Amino acid sequence: MKKEVSVEVHNLTATYGGRPVLWDIDFSLPAGQIIGIIGPNGSGKTTLLKAIMGILEPSSGYVKVFDKPLDEVRERVAYVPQRESVDWDFPASVFDVVMMGRYRKSNLLKRTNKADVEIVEKSIEKVGLTEFKNRQISQLSGGQQQRVFIARALAQKADIYLMDEPFVGVDAATESSILSILQEMRKEGKTVLIIHHDLQTVSEYFDYLVLLNTRLVAKGTLQEVLTKENLSNAYGGQLTLLAKVVDIIKKTEFPIREKDVDL
Amino acid sequence: MNTFLDFISFRDPNVIYVVLGMLFVNTSSALIGTFAFLRKRALIGDAIAHSLLPGLCLGFLVAGEKNLIFLLIGAFVTGWLSTFAVDIIVNRTKVKQDAAIGIVLSTFFALGIVLLTYIQQNAGGEQAGLDHFLFGQAAAINRSDVWVFGVIVVLIIAVVGIFYRSFVVVCFNPDFARSVGLPVRTIEFLITSMTVLAIASGIQALGVILMSALIITPGAAARLWSHRLPRILLLAVIFSVVSGIGGAYVSYAKAGMPTGPWVVMFLSIIVFLSIMLAPNRGIVSRISRARRNERKILQENILKAYYQYHEKKQTKKLDQLLTIDQILSIRNFDTSDLMKGIKKLKREGFMLQEGTTYALTTPGQKESKRVARLHRLWEQYLLKRTQIDTDHVHSGAEAIEHIITPELEKELEKELGIEGIPDEDY
Repeated sequence: MKKEVSVEVHNLTATYGGRPVLWDIDFSLPAGQIIGIIGPNGSGKTTLLKAIMGILEPSSGYVKVFDKPLDEVRERVAYVPQRESVDWDFPASVFDVVMMGRYRKSNLLKRTNKADVEIVEKSIEKVGLTEFKNRQISQLSGGQQQRVFIARALAQKADIYLMDEPFVGVDAATESSILSILQEMRKEGKTVLIIHHDLQTVSEYFDYLVLLNTRLVAKGTLQEVLTKENLSNAYGGQLTLLAKVVDIIKKTEFPIREKDVDL
Repeated sequence: MNTFLDFISFRDPNVIYVVLGMLFVNTSSALIGTFAFLRKRALIGDAIAHSLLPGLCLGFLVAGEKNLIFLLIGAFVTGWLSTFAVDIIVNRTKVKQDAAIGIVLSTFFALGIVLLTYIQQNAGGEQAGLDHFLFGQAAAINRSDVWVFGVIVVLIIAVVGIFYRSFVVVCFNPDFARSVGLPVRTIEFLITSMTVLAIASGIQALGVILMSALIITPGAAARLWSHRLPRILLLAVIFSVVSGIGGAYVSYAKAGMPTGPWVVMFLSIIVFLSIMLAPNRGIVSRISRARRNERKILQENILKAYYQYHEKKQTKKLDQLLTIDQILSIRNFDTSDLMKGIKKLKREGFMLQEGTTYALTTPGQKESKRVARLHRLWEQYLLKRTQIDTDHVHSGAEAIEHIITPELEKELEKELGIEGIPDEDY
């Protein structure tokens, strides 16, 4: 029997201001694993997550989650954006933000119900912020803010979690809290995709890796991906030719794909 | 004084219209403006307001008279076009948002002035008062205007009430909102439309030039007073309505005074007071916090000087009466500060006076030991955990001793395994 596929990315290309950020990315990922997405700065990691979440319109290609278009399975996917992507001075409490995890297109105009409140409080408890429940988010430390975002994703009760750099700039307490949540998710058979930039800790955290640098460089188990050749391809400036082509495309506004080519 | 009585007693029916008009207009703009402020799109309000002018003029040209409905429709259309233009410039070119706002604002406003001049030179008497749309004339609000403003404010309150959760999540984290499948574009469209509507309803009273203040300022001032959005919204509305009615009164009392600038003057006073007086973030509370800290440092230093004096004399009990000079021999206090500190300590029961000498009371002795202990624990901690020379640890500990809380003290104790007061002093 074939293993279940969690996320399938098909021929995905995304551009930013005319410059291709992701180019012909094509892979499927197994379900029930903790998957690390690694690659140098500007290699399109965040763009990939945004494209999977439908936040960003790809120039070509498509994404399927559990073999269905995202819109049909949205409630099974939770997204944790980068912590710096929002203004933490926004007037909201920890509870308010985690409650956003219960928002759906279908319940937006309704009041929160008891079941939602219970789920939210449990999620806050799991990240160890119960005593800060009513604290304003501006008065939290960076690590605590990251845990608020994780709690919001937990409140979504999803099957796949996409996290953008959850380990950046957090304290030891937050790191161990996130790690224990990941262990729990692994036990429950959830799939987690995490953007990560610290190669030192990769083998501690992940079961499976995606190595990215505008193009897919490698994917697979740790042994398969963490080879000298793959890493130097992604990090070692072996892709300078690719970068040069990217620059020309941007400068000349050249189309990245010919119209009559079959996908 | 009589005009004031006339104003507040509503003896003049026009006053009722003006007050109701300001109440509705300012409530609308403060409510929706707070969301624009939280989305960091406050300046868009300025572009919208200036861009209403050509629309107003076109509305007048189409209707052939000053029909509020036509004027509002015209204003709404060009106001909306302006935000659309800003978005297109930002998305399609390298021009950043601040520059795009500047370009759009001045272009639309220039067009408006051209149209206004054309109307003034070519139309007959029915155009009189159209130039009030530049600076606003609240006195011109009449009965049917109040009805229109009333409908708009009810609409805006209803929209904010119904879509409250969506507005909040879109303002805070639009990417997340998109990720859970919310119709973010539609919600943004709704916020923008309500903003344009609120601004359009206010131009008669406030004028296109200053109307943006009503979008930006109330929310910004209210944010200083609270961290809770419902309270911020309420405060913004109160600030805005108070300023609106204040401005309307001045322009009522002094005939010919434009309303807009006066409303903005009142709003500015509220902002100024907010910056000064707001809890925690306000300047006054910062100054008083700094004062409190200074006082605490001074008092704890006096108490600690007693400990050091007794330690030098190798007496275990801290019960000696000291003269001012003896205290000064331990630490070089400013004498007038020292006297102030002692006075405060006496009042709080930590010190007592006999003639010209002073001693610690029992609680004072306890405090004195506590401060000395914290100082030396911190010195020990620095020496153990960091690379620091022994001649530098003292100055570091001098400030920290006043900050350490009882919880931190326990942790220090646990980590260093030291009970009592370390003998070493650096």
